Amino acid sequence: MFKRILIANRGEIACRIIKTARKMGIATVAVYSEADRDALHVEMADEAVPIGPPPAAESYLLIDRIIAACRATGAEAVHPGYGFLSEREAFARALADAGLVFIGPNPVAIAAMGDKIESKKAAARANVSTVPGFLGVIEDERHAVKIADEIGYPVMIKASAGGGGKGMRIAASAGEVAEGFARARSEAKSSFGDDRVFIEKFIVDPRHIEIQVLGDKHGNVIYLGERECSIQRRNQKVIEEAPSPLIDEITRRRMGEQAVALAKAVGYDSAGTVEFVAGQDKSFYFLEMNTRLQVEHPVTELVTGIDLVEQMIRVAAGEKLAMTQKDVALTGWAVESRVYAEDPFRNFLPSIGRLVKYRPPAERSAGGITVRNDTGVTEGGEISLFYDPMIAKLVTHAPSRAAAIAAQSEALDAFYIDGIRHNIPFLSALMQHARWREGRLATGFIAEEYPDGFAPVKPDGELALRIAAVAAAIDHVLGERKRRISGQMNGRVVVRERRRAVWLDRHEVALDVARVDDGIAVAFAGADGKLGPATVLRSSWKPGEPVWFGSIGAHGLTVQVRPIANGFRLSHQGVEVPVYVFTESEAQAARLMPAKAANDSGKKVLCPMPGLVVSIAVSEGQEVKAGETLAVVEAMKMENVLRADRDGTVKSIHARPGATLAVDAVILEFA
Amino acid sequence: MKDVLDKLDTRRANARLGGGMRRIEAQHARGKLTARERIELLLDKGSFEEFDMFVEHRSTEFGADKTKIPGDGVVTGWGTVNGRTVFVFAKDFTVFGGSLSETHAQKINKIQDMAVKARAPIIGLYDAGGARIQEGVAALAGYSYVFRRNVLASGVIPQISVIMGPCAGGDVYSPALTDFIFMVKDTSYMFVTGPDVVKTVTNEVVTAEELGGASVHATRSSIADGAYDNDVETLLQMRRLIDFLPSNNTDGVPEWPSFDDIERIEPSLDTLVPENPNKPYDIKELILKVIDEGDFFEISETFARNIVTGFGRIAGRTVGFVANQPMVLAGVLDGDASRKAARFVRFCDAFNIPIVTFVDVPGFLPGTAQEYGGLIKHGAKLLFAYSQCTVPLVTVITRKAYGGAFDVMASKEIGADINYAWPTAQIAVMGAKGAVEIIFRADIGDADKIAARTREYESRFLSPFIAAERGYIDDVIMPHSTRKRLARALGMLRDKHVEIPAKKHDNLPL
Repeated sequence: MFKRILIANRGEIACRIIKTARKMGIATVAVYSEADRDALHVEMADEAVPIGPPPAAESYLLIDRIIAACRATGAEAVHPGYGFLSEREAFARALADAGLVFIGPNPVAIAAMGDKIESKKAAARANVSTVPGFLGVIEDERHAVKIADEIGYPVMIKASAGGGGKGMRIAASAGEVAEGFARARSEAKSSFGDDRVFIEKFIVDPRHIEIQVLGDKHGNVIYLGERECSIQRRNQKVIEEAPSPLIDEITRRRMGEQAVALAKAVGYDSAGTVEFVAGQDKSFYFLEMNTRLQVEHPVTELVTGIDLVEQMIRVAAGEKLAMTQKDVALTGWAVESRVYAEDPFRNFLPSIGRLVKYRPPAERSAGGITVRNDTGVTEGGEISLFYDPMIAKLVTHAPSRAAAIAAQSEALDAFYIDGIRHNIPFLSALMQHARWREGRLATGFIAEEYPDGFAPVKPDGELALRIAAVAAAIDHVLGERKRRISGQMNGRVVVRERRRAVWLDRHEVALDVARVDDGIAVAFAGADGKLGPATVLRSSWKPGEPVWFGSIGAHGLTVQVRPIANGFRLSHQGVEVPVYVFTESEAQAARLMPAKAANDSGKKVLCPMPGLVVSIAVSEGQEVKAGETLAVVEAMKMENVLRADRDGTVKSIHARPGATLAVDAVILEFA
Repeated sequence: MKDVLDKLDTRRANARLGGGMRRIEAQHARGKLTARERIELLLDKGSFEEFDMFVEHRSTEFGADKTKIPGDGVVTGWGTVNGRTVFVFAKDFTVFGGSLSETHAQKINKIQDMAVKARAPIIGLYDAGGARIQEGVAALAGYSYVFRRNVLASGVIPQISVIMGPCAGGDVYSPALTDFIFMVKDTSYMFVTGPDVVKTVTNEVVTAEELGGASVHATRSSIADGAYDNDVETLLQMRRLIDFLPSNNTDGVPEWPSFDDIERIEPSLDTLVPENPNKPYDIKELILKVIDEGDFFEISETFARNIVTGFGRIAGRTVGFVANQPMVLAGVLDGDASRKAARFVRFCDAFNIPIVTFVDVPGFLPGTAQEYGGLIKHGAKLLFAYSQCTVPLVTVITRKAYGGAFDVMASKEIGADINYAWPTAQIAVMGAKGAVEIIFRADIGDADKIAARTREYESRFLSPFIAAERGYIDDVIMPHSTRKRLARALGMLRDKHVEIPAKKHDNLPL
């Protein structure tokens, strides 16, 4: 076994690899760019080597620097993590040439699977199910119908030369094929000057399901079940789980055996992933193979009990797999959420900055529930614009899918981050989503369920009552302390009012609150003002703590607490709401207060993120139509085009090209 | 007997109605509460004891004697805020527009006198149309009686003014003499002369909001120490403020049980100061992470944001914080920042509130605008304020402490008790570039030499250790242990006592 390995990566995956190496008694070497000097992976590793400036192309992607770092530290092998150099054939070869071991597959396998077309051919040769289609020349309508009949409906007719959706037709019957073929061909001719079209099976509501494979250098390959990653936003995976709610034992075996066949065909000798697109009818077709450790590998680890990084290191060192296919058993269910530094309320724009507060839920394994948080940051760390905006992978494991989701939901409620915007409210809302809970997934899930983007969940019904009760309990603890301030008048006890009006924004919940022996009792008032039965809230929460852990009656509950003027912003299950606990007279007065327009920001175009103004496309006094480009702001190396959301006249322009703006800085104003 | 009691009830009910239901409804329609509603929210439930409910004016001019309303436009009395005594007067806009008459002034004078005798804070709620013109000089004299009492009470009891409607003419000067002014956004304004007079005299066309609204006074003029969205929010915040304030200049700060461990370590503070010395960071993060439970009451938040002032608690006891803010103008000291901090420091000193100062200051702001604007004397106000302090002063230099600004920001030599520096501190006359260009003027043409000299200067001077070697600072501390160190220092200084030479009063460079 290796004595010392180098991890050619950063962030959570570097930390995760270091943990396993440490467990195995292997010394670790981290590499870091200038931006990562204080990063967690640098702190965790036994040694750390600087490899260049912040941009990855000048540091983490430089093969020579990695090899030099190995030489300088005596590392014998390199784990590439995912991304960066992990799937570069040249890297694997360069390490071999330098006498170092690549902890991953051999370069031939990387090359074979790296090319999309070649990998499909290899898959077909290995009898792996590929999307049925006809790539030859289609002569006429009749030929097209014949092909479609063979494939099975619906089919997709697409221009061979085309890109995007142009010239694409979906046909559900022979008649539609005949008609669609003619149209597609003429459209292809006019659009691309090439009238060739092809036909392939159209998969309705496809799901993304992948098989984890594991091979060694002795020709053994096994599969470790599947993962479903259908919850994606713009091809970026958001939530993954293992197993898939779609797949049954027979399909799993069929997919697994095909994946193993493919892996064997290319001489695969490490951990890898064979991705399939699956229909709702459990049909599945090869998509591509990833020749690296996947981001979402922890869900497989939790259901199989196998440490994939450990296995990768062992096989790289030449060990034979210690297990065979029949040793692999899937136990329980695992769900992973990717916590990203992006603002769900601003169309998921990236957010950068300092992690002023970073309090992930405690990792634990008790009572059949496991909470695991793979993270590469700590409080006080920086989310920079140079790298992936993923902050953490929160994984929960439980005996059943429902229990794993409940544990995930609770863990997300406890995940407290301040300083940057993050997608936890969105993840929390997803966990409550009925369709997700039922497992009716498809890669279009987010686009279908959130067509207009994500808005905070409105608290109502039971949820509103729960949040109101917690607010009342928090306020009660604060109130008790206020009544213990020094310098009070003698002989006069402050009258404490039991009745409260809790405002969740403008939604009012009337209740009665009092300290009882084992907690704080809350009783809700009905429409007639009469109190219902009291429920006891128990919590060890103290003022200043960011998360309220406790229970209402028999139900456990986790709520995040952020103080605001005269109240708190409470977050729970995707709800984020300002809450005020008023006395009755305060509430009566508050009802008289006019609702203020939110700063009339509707007329202002604000900078959506910290960035550089590249250009301003309009001038003062200019009339613009909705959808017209107003300005371009560059942030995170991405140009973001700001468009008018309505017709109007530009009244004034506040920012100049070249200016660096903070988030919410006014760029221009409409009249 | 019963009749007499009933009569009292009737008279009380009548007085409580102020200017009547129609005016009360008009007040509500403007988004404002009435004087009595405001007092009810400000004070503990049922604690208000009203004085002079039946007082009426005595004017006879212009038929004034035909209309008399009990209370005469101001509600006065006392009550408690979380059990602690406070005095309060609230102008009643529903009665003669809250205008000040001779008797109205006398009502205010009465509780001013009682507040000083009882050594308890006084809070004035303003919503009024100025002097009652029919009363002439009697009203003007009434103002003067109020003003003089404000001044005599200054430094004895905290005086807070809350502007919750119009406040113009003679009415503005009493608030201006008090310790704090807070305003309600959109429904209050404050000016000496209103838009009509402005137009007549200067031809300037301006709205009341533009001339003296909350946003103007909280951000531009510094007249207001804070502005809130509406009456309810404002009054509840006043209750919160009072929990921080001593009742008078002898009792010391209030104390309550803290839920926050004074030994709490904050590892994230070790990365607060960025590697790049020119990169800003938010000093409020430091304040929020060292105080109890992150509970900070900021004073003058939106004015001169290059310095942060406000109240927090450590170990359950109030502490005043003054901190340069690198996020705004690099935390430079200009005239506005100096005045803002000086006033805050003097309030803390007057009422025995210990002061913690966080220093990251590149110096005083250069330029004609500053020099013509009297920067020297404004800077001297802050210097004066710190130098005259007898309260515990603890200073922590987090990064830059350059030039004269080092001295001013509660240096040990002007009277601070404990001076700490973080390892990231740079205590020097100026930054490296400027210093090298002066000391090694002859080498300016030679880039290599200058670079070498700069490195030399940086390694020698841009650290806390020269100051530590000479005792100008007491210790270099780990950022993560700042709360613990502050708590210990403040605990040790709790009974600090120093005498200053007897004088009639000092002569602050106004």
